[in-house]
Amino acid sequence: MELIFSIVIGIMYAAGVYLLLRRSIVKLILGIIFLGNATNLLILLAGGLTSGAPAFIEKGSGMVSGRVADPLPQALILTAIVIGFGITAFALALMYRFYQISGTDDIDQVTED
Amino acid sequence: MISLILLPVLIPFATFILLLFFRRAVAINQFFAILGALVQLVVSLLILFRVSDQGILVTQLGNWPAPYGITVVADLFSAIMLVMSGLIGLSISIYSVSGLNKNYHKGSFYPLMSVLLMGVNGAFLTGDVFNLYVWFEVLIIASFALLTLGGSKAQMYGGLKYMTINLISSMIFLAAIGLLYGKTGTLNIADLALRMRETESSGMIATTGMLFFIAFGIKAALFPFFFWLPASYHTPPVTITALFSGLMTKVGIYAMIRFFTMIFVQDQQLWQHLLLTIGGLTMVIGVLTAASQYDIRRILSFHIISQIGYMVVGLGLFTVSGVAGAIYFLAHNIITKTNTFLVAGIVNHIKGSFDLKAIGGLYRSHPFIALFMFIPMAGLAGVPPLSGFFGKLLLIIAGFEAHQWLITGVAVLVSLFTMFSMIKIWNEGFWKKQPVTAAVNNKEKVPYTMLLPVIVLALLTIILGVAAEPFINLSTRAADQLINPAEYIQAVLRRSS
Repeated sequence: MELIFSIVIGIMYAAGVYLLLRRSIVKLILGIIFLGNATNLLILLAGGLTSGAPAFIEKGSGMVSGRVADPLPQALILTAIVIGFGITAFALALMYRFYQISGTDDIDQVTED
Repeated sequence: MISLILLPVLIPFATFILLLFFRRAVAINQFFAILGALVQLVVSLLILFRVSDQGILVTQLGNWPAPYGITVVADLFSAIMLVMSGLIGLSISIYSVSGLNKNYHKGSFYPLMSVLLMGVNGAFLTGDVFNLYVWFEVLIIASFALLTLGGSKAQMYGGLKYMTINLISSMIFLAAIGLLYGKTGTLNIADLALRMRETESSGMIATTGMLFFIAFGIKAALFPFFFWLPASYHTPPVTITALFSGLMTKVGIYAMIRFFTMIFVQDQQLWQHLLLTIGGLTMVIGVLTAASQYDIRRILSFHIISQIGYMVVGLGLFTVSGVAGAIYFLAHNIITKTNTFLVAGIVNHIKGSFDLKAIGGLYRSHPFIALFMFIPMAGLAGVPPLSGFFGKLLLIIAGFEAHQWLITGVAVLVSLFTMFSMIKIWNEGFWKKQPVTAAVNNKEKVPYTMLLPVIVLALLTIILGVAAEPFINLSTRAADQLINPAEYIQAVLRRSS
């Protein structure tokens, strides 16, 4: 499972970087989304994968018993997803405004003046 | 009861909410923004005195014990930075009353500034690595919006670069947090400091440290990662640039100092070489590019980079005196750098241009203003007895003590070039005659709301220099707390060992 995760994360990072290096702003934003999700998966992997054991505690007992998933990476990812979502929304708004002003999606066509 | 150290986060948040109710009423907006900033400064000073007297202040949110809950902690370094952020917040909110045009006041400038201050203060106060990330995001989202608030083409262009680079830096930061958690199983800074002193150095730790270094390096605009800064910082109005120059890159440096003194202590040899090299290159390249520019804002923007180099060199020495120099320099730089941008705003207000080729003769027409513009520039260049002189002196002495001759020599040399670029602004803008060919709109009067922050900050530059000793002592104590974090660890984790 770890191996599959690693490969998927690698592919997502590669795809993200590739998209970032394109000239189109839409692809730039897609690249950012890819990088963000790859990072989220990386956190999940680094925190340790535990399949089929949710982070629940038996009712009545104050301690965890047996094998449970670590809830902290999941909490971190949840926060990161929310933040990433907000930033993507802002990036899309910025892109739209950029397109309105310059009439192009191509970053290289635009120069400062 | 709400703990004192939560107030620097809660006050800007309350200001933000309050301001949202009065979005169209500019005067009310300004009043509450200034009031909020003032209260925040007072609270920060209170925290500084309290920390200085009674030691490190800690609050555990929701009363969860230390490594599990969210820790808010103020040591001396945090407290010093909080005072700086309060000071800059107050100066900018006063200056912006007449330093920004009305469209910006209606376009949510003050609420966004409150969010920015909240993010900055949160980053200074948090005792948890992941919360640091969250606060970083809060402040960069506010800064994206501030940067692109005007909606001009140049701003969109600068904003796009700024946003992309900062997002990449955040993702590297986040990935590093994931790896750090995977390796150590904790994200509490005090707990990390404790555990990292017990664990052996390994490839995983070095990699994680490097990822943190790159993430903070991008935020602080260090040498190979600085190109976003000159590409974006001159696009918004100078008031907003002044706010950014005072706070944004400095949060990156703050995080770097905290991490590399407290957490990544295994491979200090490696980090020392890296930080000194990068710091040196940052200083040299920043100052050389600054000297070649003719727009005041661009000169000052490249200058931010060069000055960041000094702080990194101070950190790279890894001695108490080196880090103390870095902290003193950081505080001096926040005050002086913001002030030079505010001065540039006044020049623009009088002459209607930032281009040094088009302006001149300010010394003759506005001698009093010229004096208060000379002070921050001379302070930045390091003329004794102003604050920049002592900042550099501390770093140079620390460099000699650590036997780092080369980097100390570079620091002295860069100081000369800094002087050169400041003299350039002075000569072109103030000394030479007004060029007759250029059409400029001469305004005689400068509003007092623009002058007041400039004068106060200039006086602080003098005070930091003339009465340097208490400030140097304070920085030394703050550096000592960072290099020997036993007190910090004990305050947060409450272990009785």
